[in-house]
Amino acid sequence: MSEPTPVLALVDVSKSFGAVRALRGVRLELYAGEVHALAGENGAGKSTLVKTFAGVHRPDGGRILLGGEPVVFNSPADAQAAGVAVIYQEPTLFPDLSVAENIFMGRQPRGAFGRIDRTAMHAEAAGLFERLGVPMDPRRPARGLSIADQQVVEIAKAISRDAKVLIMDEPTAALTGQETARLFSVVKALREQGCALLFISHRLEEIFELCQRVTTLRDGQWIASETLEGLTPDDLVTRMVGRELDELYPKQDVEPGEVALKVSRLTREAAFTDVSFEVRRGEIVALAGLVGAGRSEVARAIFGVDRWDAGSVEVDGRPLKAASPTDAMAAGLALVPEDRRQQGLVMEMSIERNMGLTRLRALSRGPLISRAAERANAADWAVRLQLKYAKAGDAVGVLSGGNQQKVVLAKWLATEPSVLIVDEPTRGIDVGTKAEVHRLLSELAAGGLAVLMISSDLPEVIGMADRVLVMHEGRITAEIPREQATEESVMSAATGRYGKEAA
Amino acid sequence: MTTLTSVPPAHKAPKAEGGLLDLVLRARELSILGALIVLVAVTAIVNPRFLSAQGIEDIFLNASILVLLAVGQTLVVITRNIDLSVGSVVGLVAFVTGKYVSGDDRSVVMAILIGLAIGALCGLVNGLLVSFCGVPALVVTLGTLYVIQGIGYYIAQGDQINAADVPQSLLDLGSGGVLGVPYLPLIAVLVMAAVGYYLRAYPSGREFYAIGSSPEAARLAGVPIRRRVLTAYVVSGLLAGLAGVLWLARFGTVVADAAGGWELKVVSAVVVGGVAIVGGVGTVYGAALGALLLTTIGSVLVVLKVNSFWQDALTGLLLLLAISVDRLLALRMNRVLRKRSAHHGS
Repeated sequence: MSEPTPVLALVDVSKSFGAVRALRGVRLELYAGEVHALAGENGAGKSTLVKTFAGVHRPDGGRILLGGEPVVFNSPADAQAAGVAVIYQEPTLFPDLSVAENIFMGRQPRGAFGRIDRTAMHAEAAGLFERLGVPMDPRRPARGLSIADQQVVEIAKAISRDAKVLIMDEPTAALTGQETARLFSVVKALREQGCALLFISHRLEEIFELCQRVTTLRDGQWIASETLEGLTPDDLVTRMVGRELDELYPKQDVEPGEVALKVSRLTREAAFTDVSFEVRRGEIVALAGLVGAGRSEVARAIFGVDRWDAGSVEVDGRPLKAASPTDAMAAGLALVPEDRRQQGLVMEMSIERNMGLTRLRALSRGPLISRAAERANAADWAVRLQLKYAKAGDAVGVLSGGNQQKVVLAKWLATEPSVLIVDEPTRGIDVGTKAEVHRLLSELAAGGLAVLMISSDLPEVIGMADRVLVMHEGRITAEIPREQATEESVMSAATGRYGKEAA
Repeated sequence: MTTLTSVPPAHKAPKAEGGLLDLVLRARELSILGALIVLVAVTAIVNPRFLSAQGIEDIFLNASILVLLAVGQTLVVITRNIDLSVGSVVGLVAFVTGKYVSGDDRSVVMAILIGLAIGALCGLVNGLLVSFCGVPALVVTLGTLYVIQGIGYYIAQGDQINAADVPQSLLDLGSGGVLGVPYLPLIAVLVMAAVGYYLRAYPSGREFYAIGSSPEAARLAGVPIRRRVLTAYVVSGLLAGLAGVLWLARFGTVVADAAGGWELKVVSAVVVGGVAIVGGVGTVYGAALGALLLTTIGSVLVVLKVNSFWQDALTGLLLLLAISVDRLLALRMNRVLRKRSAHHGS
């Protein structure tokens, strides 16, 4: 039986950064007409592998084979010329230039005297979008495009270059369900046209839906390459973490205590209407709903980031002032925001400084911040949350997503809140760390904290919450107790189809 | 599907918004033109002599050198850089070429070539430092501003060039014309049109915008960033050199720091003309209009007998107004664009 030649392959590739061995003897073969998944926890070496393909990193050992022939990629341009296109999670486009120019920069169709033939360029771009089945005006500037549309532009660019290999590094992390579905149909069309695709995602169900084969990395080492048929998600998780994963949703049963957070008839114009609920000590209450249903807006209003127009919020029986985060913090509220990088952390600052940010007063001796107190505070929390880090003086930016989330949690838990609001606590976090974050939340609740968790991850909502509040178009449409919460019941409430009988 | 994410059904994508966007993008050029017309009209009503043939010619003559410099500066600013040394280059070139032509009857062409060479050399130094050594443009060109000025002082030794020493053929360049159109504005318009056409119609021209819009994306797209930035500085230097010779031709009497402070005037003109100081946006036409507007304001103040000290304050005010309008327009456009994305059912 003759094996087909892979379009692109890595053979025994190794790459080190200083003392860190990011890749050790990794192999990977991409075949035409196939979507190949790359699985592994954060820090397993996926990104390094992608950058090796993209010509950003040169491997220390091993070879890259292009159609069976060894090649060396010295720069991204080399990889592009060889037909390898990479689509990053957040594409880099020229915001001020038109979509068509973004696609054809440096390769514009030429008319007389070497001038750009704009008509031809726009027509070609329009043709590309037609092929992709996505409506987009090639003349509009790239500024203001959603991440999903930016990815489509990148894909169009790749197609226009006749890319044979398309590598997608976590393309779905920032997409809505509908956008993901559209991306998948584009990917499937490309596969049928004979493209070789490498797909990276933390969402196992996406891997199973889209891919034919999977290569798993763990700690920079190659673990397995196999067909997905006959594999279960649990098998894959086992390969990724190298052990049977402790339960992903380790929820402890807790008898709820007094009401810690009471929200009554809260309304904010054009965001949400008449939102009322309570969270008791020891409880994890999930706020579910579609993206744009107003969940994060409710959290922001409760915490005082945004003003509310009507209603009231009480923490431990004490009413909060509107639009005052200071008052909310003093009352014992803590908010772990959705976007770690933008709102949760100062990425360039050290781990210990980030952790100390919420309690600068407590860490001060006189008018100055005590470095010793700051360090002790950080060391204390690092142990309690099992933070994985090299030095507490390292910038937070070097940590993996899961560990960054722990730093945000530490920062807020240090204020000893009575109510913790977490917005998408495990977005973009690998499975192993996800379980740890869940264990942590469960322990915190068991310790008497009231937790309000906003999540778009349905299994997480169902696995972790004592009660599920579902929002639809700015209103709470259902309150579902833990026993009755299923993906179906939550989803139907979230889409506004929830009838009374389901409760 | 296990993630709770989907979006209400997409609306129909509205067509024919391309025209609107184009209009928003061109709003800057149009609004400056509008301001210019209003300014001229009001002044003409107050003082009809303002619109005499001589009056108009004066404005264009005065604006030409600023326009030339603004065109070069635009090229640099679009790549997210800045060239503060142009004022010094103009002064140095004006003095050195003045020295060269003084007394003897030297050819005009030779004088221009010398001016261009000095300007190009200055631009080359700026460009090499910025693009290859990676020193921030603001610092590099601030440094060369003083260095070039210093060289000028050293050569001049306190001397000045007198119009009487400058050959008539060169002075003609500053005041003469062809078919009633003076040379200076003619040169400025030709240069502006050439650079503007190049920036719009040629792939390499578009790369200047790409670099300023997102250096990272430009790198990934294989744009030769260093070469383009170097080119921008050399062109800016060349045009400053040309402007230096024309300065000598127009004024005749020149001291070493003749154009001191002009670098800021040029940057103001460019920004007022809608070139984003962070790069990626703007046209040489807008910059030229900005230069024309600033010059006209100067003339108008004279005609209206307003104390000329007000001119600087007004320039500053206009600058602030321009960036405020930019900001508003940007916010507005973002909103329109985002709405369009939503309508596309992304």
